[in-house]
Amino acid sequence: MHTLYQITDTPLDPERLRAAIADPRSGAVATFIGVARNSFGGKEVLHLEYEAYAPMAELQLREIGTEIAKRWPAVTGVAIAHRVGRVEIGEASVALAVSAPHRGEALAACAHGIERLKATLPVWKKEVFADGSVWRENAGEDFRQRG
Amino acid sequence: MSGVAQHLVRLFGPAREAAGADSIALELREPATAADALAALAAAHPGLEPLLPRARVAVNFVYVDANTALAPGDEIAILPPVGGG
Repeated sequence: MHTLYQITDTPLDPERLRAAIADPRSGAVATFIGVARNSFGGKEVLHLEYEAYAPMAELQLREIGTEIAKRWPAVTGVAIAHRVGRVEIGEASVALAVSAPHRGEALAACAHGIERLKATLPVWKKEVFADGSVWRENAGEDFRQRG
Repeated sequence: MSGVAQHLVRLFGPAREAAGADSIALELREPATAADALAALAAAHPGLEPLLPRARVAVNFVYVDANTALAPGDEIAILPPVGGG
């Protein structure tokens, strides 16, 4: 399985992820891009700041890829990149790409990948407002039950 | 053999901000567990205390349970609820 796992402070390049996992057997590439948006709960967000425990995050991305390979053995490639540092509204904060022979596995594995990333990746997000900032926790399952 | 050992604990996100540092040295009575490290952190930095019940501990880049034993040289990290993606 082709893999690329990246924690970077430079703008993400989804095309590079796609190219890294291209495979002549695979007719499907599913991608997800998480983009910084301009509001949360009706309050305007000026920009985001992400922080990572980089060595653990890289291992965790690899773990997500391994899970995908076990659950969807037909998958031929997984690439996941997360940005750290300041991310402007409209910029990508996370990108995933999965290649597989057919779209069913590619889409399902990609969806699974972003869910697992949001539950387990040791990355923290700060939303910056005009009048302050907040460390935004991911909603959903209790973080302490995961990973 | 019991005694005291130094552990360096890395902090991230709101825990790093609350402590004003990205790592803190703790002296723990051996044998120590992850739970002991959390308790010692709360005692040394009361500003961290509200964050700790919902934080996880990682040892050598792996999430651990509260009763996991700590060994000298282990890399310990306190991880508040995550926000990736």
